[in-house]
Amino acid sequence: MQEKNRGLAVFTFLVFLFLLGPLVIISLTSFEPSTVLRFPPKGFSLRWYENILDVEMFLETFKTSIFVSVIGNLLALALGIPAAYALSRYQFKGKGFFNAVFLSPVLIPGIVLGFAMLKYVIVIYDLPIYAGLLVGHTVVMLPFIIRVIASSLANFDFAIEEAAYSLGSGKLATFFKVVLPNIRSGIIAAILIAFLESFNNVDISVFMTGPGVSTLPIQMLTYVENNFDPTIAALSVVLMIITAVLMFLIERLLGLSYFTKR
Amino acid sequence: MKKRYVYMLLLPGMLFLLLFMIVPILLTIGSTFFQQGSFTLAGYLHFLTDSYFLKILWTTLRVSLVTTLVCILIGFPAAYYLSKLGPRKKGILLALAIFPLLTSSVVRSFSWMVILGKKGLINTLLVAIGLTDEPLDILYTPTAMMIGLVHLFLPLIIITLVGVMENIDPDLLKAAESLGASRFTAFRKVILPLSVPGLIIGSILVFVGSLTAYTTPALLGGKQRVISTFLYQNAMTLNDWYYASVVATIMIAITFIVIGVMNKLAMKLNPKG
Repeated sequence: MQEKNRGLAVFTFLVFLFLLGPLVIISLTSFEPSTVLRFPPKGFSLRWYENILDVEMFLETFKTSIFVSVIGNLLALALGIPAAYALSRYQFKGKGFFNAVFLSPVLIPGIVLGFAMLKYVIVIYDLPIYAGLLVGHTVVMLPFIIRVIASSLANFDFAIEEAAYSLGSGKLATFFKVVLPNIRSGIIAAILIAFLESFNNVDISVFMTGPGVSTLPIQMLTYVENNFDPTIAALSVVLMIITAVLMFLIERLLGLSYFTKR
Repeated sequence: MKKRYVYMLLLPGMLFLLLFMIVPILLTIGSTFFQQGSFTLAGYLHFLTDSYFLKILWTTLRVSLVTTLVCILIGFPAAYYLSKLGPRKKGILLALAIFPLLTSSVVRSFSWMVILGKKGLINTLLVAIGLTDEPLDILYTPTAMMIGLVHLFLPLIIITLVGVMENIDPDLLKAAESLGASRFTAFRKVILPLSVPGLIIGSILVFVGSLTAYTTPALLGGKQRVISTFLYQNAMTLNDWYYASVVATIMIAITFIVIGVMNKLAMKLNPKG
């Protein structure tokens, strides 16, 4: 029995080595002093971290990525909070249908959605690429915003809201003064989760590039096609640090159970 | 009055999705059945008789299937081990599994380019211990795609299964053992059947995810195409939007068929009915 558990422990260790090893290796190669991407690195240097700042496109696309993720997030919140509230507060005809539609963007293959948006949103609706990018990322974020906020509303006792009504508070005032503050941590977590989804998105953004417009992940893909130096490794480390910080915050706000629930 | 108020709350989001997702998708699908204004299935006939496309489709299905099986075979024991740990250790390991899941797919695929390349870690090791004289071609093959996809989706199946296994009452296992079942039999008769819903959900996520993944095959597959990179190539490199739309429709159809079939299977296999 003990034997078997030890075997399983070793196996699990190897699984985690497989999961995390590549990320450790890429982090170490970022300190390579020469132009060769190799493991283990032959020395220690921060020149590739400096090089990130020297490649102007990285900075430009980083700004675009942040802008699109933040503004798209606000748009998705404006559209998603009322929907999440309606879906968790009321029973009404067609509720299942609306729920399914709001969560459907995760079911449609991203690359298909990206292409369809290029074809219609950019070409037929004639929106500028930047606007198309923003709209696309909003669609991507919406289901995450709705799912996380709806699940924190599910834990909210709506009797509190009724109490506020009976004390003469209006519907809108009650929502902003009573409901929203009570689900604050859920909303912040939703913002962070949606941000990560948008910031890392490739499938939509890869179709929405044009003169002077591109996001950081797409710029990284383009860079890798033409250069094989440790710059991307250094950039990866920066992105992993950002990811770790956001993940830590999400864990504080929701707990890890958010990720294990399906 | 109250009813109308509820729909007002849903309206902005619905309109947004209708305009920017539903209409573009439906029109993309619809456009594949018309050429020069008349109804046709020519696009589909073209693909179903095109050996190049059929080969891509076959590669995609094969890579996705192997990825899913490997994820289950590796993920299941690891998830079982995690579910038995105390809350502190389990929390740490779960966090370590979730971290790669949240990390950019570009970063994760790129890390495998560094490992699998001609001068990568694997080839350096193989040459050093003398298993091979010439570095092997691992990068830019279906095998590389598969490794990258397993790395991409393994956390998903682990955390899904941990979520399901946590909810299995440990007393059930004890009861089975006290009734004379060996540890293995108890595992097979209790844990395995009760994990089926998690296995099915996990498999859907991994299989559909692998079928439609773009970044990993684009970086690790080289010239080797799968349907998602083929769609991109048609749309952006060849500028053939008609065929790109046909490929998009085929992808949607496959996705929905897979989800539908797996859900049916889930209902049949679920011991709770």
